[in-house]
Amino acid sequence: MNDAARLAEPVRYVAKNMRLDLRLLAEMIAPGARVLDIGCGDGTLIDYLYRTHGCDARGIEIDMAEVTRAVAHGLPVMHGDADTDLSQYPDGAFDYVVLSRTLQAVERPREVLRQMLRIGRHALVSFPNFGHWELRWKLLWTGRMPNTTVWGKPWYETPNIHPCTIQDFFDLATQEGYVVERWLAVDDDGQRSPWRRFPALANMFGEQALFQLRKA
Amino acid sequence: MRKPWLRADRAIRICCAGMDQTPSPPVDHQHLVLDGPLMLDCRTELEGVQIAYRTYGTLNAARSNAILICHALTGDQYVAETHPVTGKDGWWDQAVGAGKPIDTGRYFVICSNVLGGCMGSTGPRTPRHPPERDGDPAALWGTDFPPVTIRDMVRAQKRLVEQLGIERLFAVIGGSMGGMQVLQWAATYPDSVFAAVPIATAPYHSAQNIAFNEVGRQSIFADPDWQQGRYWQTGALPARGLAVARMVAHITYLSEEALTRKFGRRMRSTSLAVFNDMFEVESYLRHQGSTFVHRFDANSYLTITRACDWFDLAADYDGTLSKAFAGTRTRFCLISFSSDWLYPTAESRTVARALNGAGGNVSFVEIASDKGHDAFLLDEPDFHRTLAGFLGGCAEHAGLAA
Repeated sequence: MNDAARLAEPVRYVAKNMRLDLRLLAEMIAPGARVLDIGCGDGTLIDYLYRTHGCDARGIEIDMAEVTRAVAHGLPVMHGDADTDLSQYPDGAFDYVVLSRTLQAVERPREVLRQMLRIGRHALVSFPNFGHWELRWKLLWTGRMPNTTVWGKPWYETPNIHPCTIQDFFDLATQEGYVVERWLAVDDDGQRSPWRRFPALANMFGEQALFQLRKA
Repeated sequence: MRKPWLRADRAIRICCAGMDQTPSPPVDHQHLVLDGPLMLDCRTELEGVQIAYRTYGTLNAARSNAILICHALTGDQYVAETHPVTGKDGWWDQAVGAGKPIDTGRYFVICSNVLGGCMGSTGPRTPRHPPERDGDPAALWGTDFPPVTIRDMVRAQKRLVEQLGIERLFAVIGGSMGGMQVLQWAATYPDSVFAAVPIATAPYHSAQNIAFNEVGRQSIFADPDWQQGRYWQTGALPARGLAVARMVAHITYLSEEALTRKFGRRMRSTSLAVFNDMFEVESYLRHQGSTFVHRFDANSYLTITRACDWFDLAADYDGTLSKAFAGTRTRFCLISFSSDWLYPTAESRTVARALNGAGGNVSFVEIASDKGHDAFLLDEPDFHRTLAGFLGGCAEHAGLAA
């Protein structure tokens, strides 16, 4: 194989190597859909959606090294910022707009959600749940900002400036008039647990949450 | 020969004193003549337009693997081979060739000298056509060459490509002024471009860009050897003016960091006289200026810089750039360089956003480099990986065999 062919060889991800929330997100997306993945990283999800679901999937990513990696793998990813780069898309340009593990890091989460539901029919949002019992316990017991696998950085370094809980997110959806079409909470191993039907329990035991919204 | 500009110093002084006015020996450039006249934006019809071009690689049976490369202001069609006039390597040898990002083992690469250029395509240096009545039958166009636009250049390229039997290009790629042509191609002939790669470019020429071009033009006008553009009649070259134009332009192609890294404040002394002491950066610029005048025509420089200045893609679409790309199905990859202050990243971002507005498929990367605008011509591994990867991805979508 010559250099160019090797450079150009597409990444082929298999689902088991994908981050848990991406795998769950992919399951929620209809085949052939038009998808925008905001904060797409190296493009794992869009590559997967294209190869397995035949989706027209595109991405926006703020970290230039990730963008370069994605484009160098032949994926349609552009450098951009969820806070500033959604407004130029036309209304209804996508079937799904995905924001995975990024909501808590944007400057204006409410505005980002509004834009997502303007440019897409459905918004798929995943975020780490700040209401998880372990975080509550650590804060209560140590009196300090909790530090866990999911919330891995000290408070002064974390990019997660807008953490929220599952119940907070339900409240915001109601306040903004969004319909929660589907939601689920999972623990870190990806087990969809028995408490998934009950928001208060999910808020206690779910490490990650995944919501599918649409406008009312 | 690590620093040719130091060794060539003597020649520079001679040239800049306006004494060495030998034009390069004429070379036969591969070309074709466009069928029928070419209507220009200025409403002039050009007859018998000649377009010089080079091709690399093999066109496949389906004629679906052709890539058009658009060259920059002072580039030409000799992308990936020894230049017949200068004897130097092709200007994009780094990126084009077998096994390189634009792989000539896989793609059929075409590059043509722009309309208004001076490397074999119709321009100020070619004979006036038709010849003036009662005039000198061997008279050249000179400054009477009609003003051309980026769109005129692209129209000529489209005709060339058609005459080569290609309906649809797999990709159109170009940096700087070449990038403007890529944008124009995508706007004017959207169904003929599967993928577009505008590199280090902008949707319009900024006031700053126009200002730098104007300094260059004024220095040509100020050279007495320019003779109101009729220097070809006396066989002289406005070498001094053109060299200064090139020197100014060359500064804009670099970055402060690149200049500091390459030259700093180092000097080379030749004697104790004040103006014999020279900073290395001065010596380098003079070398750039002096070598340029032997391969480039001053009137062409005037024509082409003007075409760049006029470029404003949105202006043709009610001032809304996204309208230029309405309904586009072309896959775009915009690439900028972090230290490029001539065509800064913000200008590529403007294009990326306009494409989003048009629902276009856009990749957009800023490559970290301290080499300034010229980075696109140099060895930048991230850039080359991006280019190769984007084309590979597009080839898959276009169903091109690997």
